[in-house]
Amino acid sequence: MNLHEYQGKELFAKFGLPVSKNKVITSADDVVKACREIGGNKWVVKAQVHAGGRGKAGGVKLVSSTEEGIEFANHWLGKRLITYQTDSNGQLVNSILVEECTDIAKELYLSAVIDRGSQRIVFIGSSEGGVNIEEVAENTPEKIIYEPIDPLTGPMGFQSRKISKVLGLEGEQSKQFTKMLPQLTDLFITHDLSLLEINPLVITQGGKLHCLDAKINIDSNAIYRQPEIQAMHDPSQEDPRESEAALNDLSYVSLDGNIGCMVNGAGLAMGTMDTIKYFGGSPANFLDVGGTATQERVSKAFKLILADPEVKVVLVNIFGGIVRCDLIAEGILAAIEEVGVSIPVVVRLEGNNADIGSNILAESSAEIVSLNSLEDAAKKAVELSK
Amino acid sequence: MSILVDKNTRLLVQGFTGSQATLHSEQSLEYGTNIVGGVTPGKGGQTHLGVPVFNSVHEAVEAVQPNASIIFVPAQFCKDSILEAADAGIKLIICITEGVPTLDMLIVKKRVDELGITLIGPNCPGIITPGEAKLGIMPGSIHLQGSVGIISRSGTLTYEAVKQTSDLGLGQSTCVGIGGDPIPGTSFIDVLKMMESDNQTKAIVMVGEIGGTAEEEAAEYIKDNISKPVISYIAGQTAPPGKRMGHAGAIIAGGKGTAADKIKKLEECGVHIAENLLKIGTKTKEVLG
Repeated sequence: MNLHEYQGKELFAKFGLPVSKNKVITSADDVVKACREIGGNKWVVKAQVHAGGRGKAGGVKLVSSTEEGIEFANHWLGKRLITYQTDSNGQLVNSILVEECTDIAKELYLSAVIDRGSQRIVFIGSSEGGVNIEEVAENTPEKIIYEPIDPLTGPMGFQSRKISKVLGLEGEQSKQFTKMLPQLTDLFITHDLSLLEINPLVITQGGKLHCLDAKINIDSNAIYRQPEIQAMHDPSQEDPRESEAALNDLSYVSLDGNIGCMVNGAGLAMGTMDTIKYFGGSPANFLDVGGTATQERVSKAFKLILADPEVKVVLVNIFGGIVRCDLIAEGILAAIEEVGVSIPVVVRLEGNNADIGSNILAESSAEIVSLNSLEDAAKKAVELSK
Repeated sequence: MSILVDKNTRLLVQGFTGSQATLHSEQSLEYGTNIVGGVTPGKGGQTHLGVPVFNSVHEAVEAVQPNASIIFVPAQFCKDSILEAADAGIKLIICITEGVPTLDMLIVKKRVDELGITLIGPNCPGIITPGEAKLGIMPGSIHLQGSVGIISRSGTLTYEAVKQTSDLGLGQSTCVGIGGDPIPGTSFIDVLKMMESDNQTKAIVMVGEIGGTAEEEAAEYIKDNISKPVISYIAGQTAPPGKRMGHAGAIIAGGKGTAADKIKKLEECGVHIAENLLKIGTKTKEVLG
């Protein structure tokens, strides 16, 4: 699960990290009040969406009057912001963060992730902050430090000093960073993060470290024990079909093709998509119905697939492990009747009682093509999609 | 011979009386697996599926001497259950449960490594040595005792590889589902090492998928350490680029992780590629000659 910048900054502040004075607004009417409360005569206004690249897309602006702020709010609230990290529909702007203006002397990069290789939380830092961090990684990898944290000891002072050196911090800044590193680690562990990114972490004109952005992702497996984070969930930032799927414990990703796919298991779902492409077709989605493909789940899955108007044929590929294929076949028939499927459905059942399952489908009146091999089923689905 | 499990394996089931554990334990017993006991706190003293139930792993260890444990408890209790089995001295632990928090696994993995324990999973189908023992949720009927070792990150995709090698009469020595989580207890390399020194295994099928760099690391290891033929299929060749996880994820992967990258690396390291899911069996047969 992702958080908005303003939610990330709330967490930063809670853990003692330096963030700008700010207010979140959801209406242009609140701009003047927000600016007055923050004080000063220059503010930064930032559209809140779950995507990076906002600055380049016009979603971040420095304003020197409340009128300019109102204009920005009127322009963006309720509109969709398209950046290089979003799809072509962009993300809906529901709120705007108004911040005190920070005088920047230098921009740095700092993040923490769970690294699969070292099986540790790893801090990544670079003296080259701002928007081009990927290029830095590609062209000048020596300007980036990767520092793993031992779960037994937590972050140590010497590690802060190592990172400080690469970031180019001096004197007081280095001391400030030595205080920040344990706070960031504490935040990461307390809230089960999978990613924490500050880009940029800046040195102000006054020589202090300051978190100018906050990107936070939370481990979806741990959401159950994070009530505070659950309350921050913003469904408007997600694909409605994908959120609907998630609510039903289905894993769904919408794609560009016209062959709807329903498969049990993520690996086999990807393998099925590969097979469709191999025979010249194009999958409309990735959909994992999970290990136990019950009638209820199969119905929900059909509804999701058919909500996509591009879909011309549905390919169901179930490898019945422990679940009996005859039960799955009955589930498919009931689901087809319940949902009212009017396009061809190709079904491949394999595993326990696959023969009985295929017979049940063959004898039904529904428009179903039942085939035993994945090769035949994929070829048939491709043929019907043309 | 085989690896990790055989007919001498004495299995303990943690979370024994729950519905999933009951269903799969019945199937395992039917397959001939020697389940010596189960654990459900508060239900000690009962008998379930004809097997004694204990309140703790320690009590079970004292009474029935299990040498492997399989875990079906809900995700939020897996850390506790794995560490309990570890503390009680069990050296092979299989965690089937899906959805274990990554930070829990960070701690668990460090601890099991210190204690020299083999942890398989979480979020995996388990291990089977066909004809001997089934410690997991895979359908026993598709397996055939034979010469191909199978290692996979994905459950149903493993079954596909199993079915194909069975249909061609090759059969399997042992199949290990290592699970698809970011921090698995056992890696491809750990299992490759075991299969290299197993006499029954003549060829190794490694089923991978996009994301992470486990396949690339395995490829490097295979090049220098594995003399047996390795056949690999990578799922997700047509998957669109994953949803971006900010800059950090992209950087730490070092540009790796796509199916094309993985296949290129595996080929460079002498691994035989099954270009399509349908060809895992035939490719293996072709390589074995």
